[in-house]
Amino acid sequence: MSWHLTFRVFRYRQDGVSPRFDVFAVEVQPGEYVIDAIERIWAEQDRSLVFRQACHHGACGSCGMRINGHEKLPCSIAIRSITTDGGTLTLEPLRNLPVISDLLVDMAPFYERMERVHFTPVRTAEPILDEASGTPAPQPSPVLRFEDCLECGLCFSACPISGTDPEYLGPAALAAIARMILEPRRGVDIDGLRRLADGEHGCWRCHTAFECSEVCPTGVDPARSIAALRRQMAGDGLGRLFRRWR
Amino acid sequence: MDVEREHDQTYQAAEVQRLANGLDPRGRGLGMWAFVAHRITGIGLVVYLLLHLLVLSVLAQGPHGWDSFVALARTPVFLVLDVVLIAGTLIHGLNGVRVALTGMGFGLRHQRPALVALTIVAAIALVYAAHRIFTS
Repeated sequence: MSWHLTFRVFRYRQDGVSPRFDVFAVEVQPGEYVIDAIERIWAEQDRSLVFRQACHHGACGSCGMRINGHEKLPCSIAIRSITTDGGTLTLEPLRNLPVISDLLVDMAPFYERMERVHFTPVRTAEPILDEASGTPAPQPSPVLRFEDCLECGLCFSACPISGTDPEYLGPAALAAIARMILEPRRGVDIDGLRRLADGEHGCWRCHTAFECSEVCPTGVDPARSIAALRRQMAGDGLGRLFRRWR
Repeated sequence: MDVEREHDQTYQAAEVQRLANGLDPRGRGLGMWAFVAHRITGIGLVVYLLLHLLVLSVLAQGPHGWDSFVALARTPVFLVLDVVLIAGTLIHGLNGVRVALTGMGFGLRHQRPALVALTIVAAIALVYAAHRIFTS
């Protein structure tokens, strides 16, 4: 049985006209995902609608947007999980990043932060230990592991501090620093990352609203990582202080 | 007005709107509600501090000026303002303890129950304080 939904979609063009919401009536199957409805709007009603999508299964993080005010990946949200027949869904671009057009934001400021902290989404894993002997188990080739962070930018959009401090590293980059400290990568200056995290726009700018962890689609829990960084920085600072006194 | 300037203005207006939306806690998690409440009560307490210093300047007018102010401060409107002040202090102070602890990684898993518990403590303390203010 089909559902009839109303989509209010944020529209913006860099042509001097004020942003507005366009309304689309869409017939959907409740088991479909929000991205399916967006693609149907584009295909059947308005070919000028601008949005970004790629993998359709929550692996690439490129389709992030706000659905009814919440940062989500529309490819991972079943329509029936957020509305009912006759409901309205409001689609808006991510916050705290420049809007290029409609639902498309410029992710460059976010990616620049991730590059600045040398975040590598794929890494060579440490050898797996044989349970019985406790020694590295033989493996045919180096094992690649993927970090949980998709670099989707949802946390950056949800964070109230990212909206008020343009230089703030943001939850994803700080969580990435915490990962790098935990598992240092070859050639990465860990002390430099510590200084960055301890700096003016680092972990101390977080005001623990927990929105980053609320919206993260892969359970990275940046708020926990930021707290871990703070404990580490505070411990380091106290250590330096005591060493000076001695 | 040229197109580029007009574009800048509409874009900036949209940015302001987006920033304002970012501070809107409706539909968001408890942590965001606490974040906004903390900001509002913080600003309120700063305003109160300034007013308090201003009021203290009445002392310079001598006993007569001060007695007049005390009589005004005992009116029901001022007593309600006292209750509002205590509410702001309780919310800001108790949530401040929660933020200080969770911000350093203590009790992160329990930040929501902690907020609920502290809100209940604040409500009970506020009712007691209001009772004392209006009956003493």
